[in-house]
Amino acid sequence: MSADIDAPNDAGGVPALAERDVVRIPRGVRLREDKARGGWVLLAPERVFQLDPIAQQVLTRVDGERDVAAIVDDLAQAFAAPRDRILADVRAMLADLITKNVLEVA
Amino acid sequence: MNTPSEARQRPVSQPSGQPPPIGMLAELTHRCPLQCPYCSNPVELTRKREELDTETWQRVFAEAAELGVLQVHLSGGEPALRQDLEALVASCAEHGLYSNLITAGVNISRTRLEALADAGLDHVQLSVQGATAEVNDHIANLPGAFDKKLAFAAEVTDVGLPLTLNSVIHRANLHQIPDLVELALELGARRLEIAHAQYYGWALQNRGALMPPREQVMEALELVEAARERLKGKLVIDAVVPDYYARLPKPCMNGWGRQSLNVSPSGKVLPCHAAETIPGLEFWNARDHALGDIWQDSPAFNAYRGTAWMPDACQSCDRREIDWGGCRCQALMLTGDATQMDPVCELSPYHDEIQTLAIVDSRRDDEFTYRRFSRQTAQGDPA
Repeated sequence: MSADIDAPNDAGGVPALAERDVVRIPRGVRLREDKARGGWVLLAPERVFQLDPIAQQVLTRVDGERDVAAIVDDLAQAFAAPRDRILADVRAMLADLITKNVLEVA
Repeated sequence: MNTPSEARQRPVSQPSGQPPPIGMLAELTHRCPLQCPYCSNPVELTRKREELDTETWQRVFAEAAELGVLQVHLSGGEPALRQDLEALVASCAEHGLYSNLITAGVNISRTRLEALADAGLDHVQLSVQGATAEVNDHIANLPGAFDKKLAFAAEVTDVGLPLTLNSVIHRANLHQIPDLVELALELGARRLEIAHAQYYGWALQNRGALMPPREQVMEALELVEAARERLKGKLVIDAVVPDYYARLPKPCMNGWGRQSLNVSPSGKVLPCHAAETIPGLEFWNARDHALGDIWQDSPAFNAYRGTAWMPDACQSCDRREIDWGGCRCQALMLTGDATQMDPVCELSPYHDEIQTLAIVDSRRDDEFTYRRFSRQTAQGDPA
């Protein structure tokens, strides 16, 4: 993990995440459909995160190649929504999952 | 936008009956090179000849995936004593199940670890009995165990598998919590479980040797909380709390028959690993029944499901669907009645009694009764 994500930003303990950062799902964490209950889940050691449809849209775009900016651009286009708003939401979500050790900065 | 939340299954009623389980503990064997005095296995251990064979376990995994299970914890005993562990891991992977190997880490060679990783193993959870060789090997009653664990941990991270360190905490290692945190960081673990001993089975027999004093427990809780805050994003620390000193009961299994099931080495399907201590429950065996039928219809799973079985005081409590009445096995052990409220709850008439009992036990000076197969049958290796 890169050093900068250990540094909390000023906004209350959430690690800073830049638009150029590339995030990925680490080994030991799996994204899959949950047919029995519906929706998608992120499976991690001793944890199951049930994803709402928006989180699913974000995480299915996390491929370890695209940076945060590219994911946000794609979402803004797909959902015809203001980019600023999406950027703030995506950064908060990804940062939270990094803090929980189920995503990492590549 | 909501942050993804950890699974908290709502009690949605479905046409097919019970909401499906999320996790399954597969106790592949009770054989183990360690003899930890707090072992969660029953005092009456199952022998090798009674264990399920490879094909039956593979059928159980297929049925589990079909039923909606997402994660399988391959446990024991020491699961690596099963020669077919690679095939069982492969079976989990084939059915999309997240596989977690829960091991003592003293008998898995590099070659075998690589084979397990190739078979699709997702995660390794390694137990340590202490943060130093002296403490670890005394508790495990196995000289040299600690050094083997360290070597194994290095290989796990080297192979690229994510590592969790798990330590069961009690009077003989409570002082090592800061060292365990350091050890987890040194070994490259992404997660640390600080699990205070739960007093069933072997741990119940050893309560007088294991129960820590109240003040030290409270101090340990603060240490863990501080470390968790300090290491956010670096190391996930999960704690299993020492409930004898608590005011509220733990939500045991997150509710009986609600999210998880446990398959014993001989194929008995249990709502929790200690459920067999409750007399009169009828457990069904995976040899004879499909897992889905057992989950939906077996008497043991339906005995304490939901809230209808609860005593009035629990049924009218705001926390009835938070702590689910606490632990049935503990209610039985400490009150003689499995339908009583968990005596850890401060509203229980037995609450003061168990706090006193913990304090008394914490001042005793008992020796460990190590976990062993009973001597009546075979000598040496249980077969």
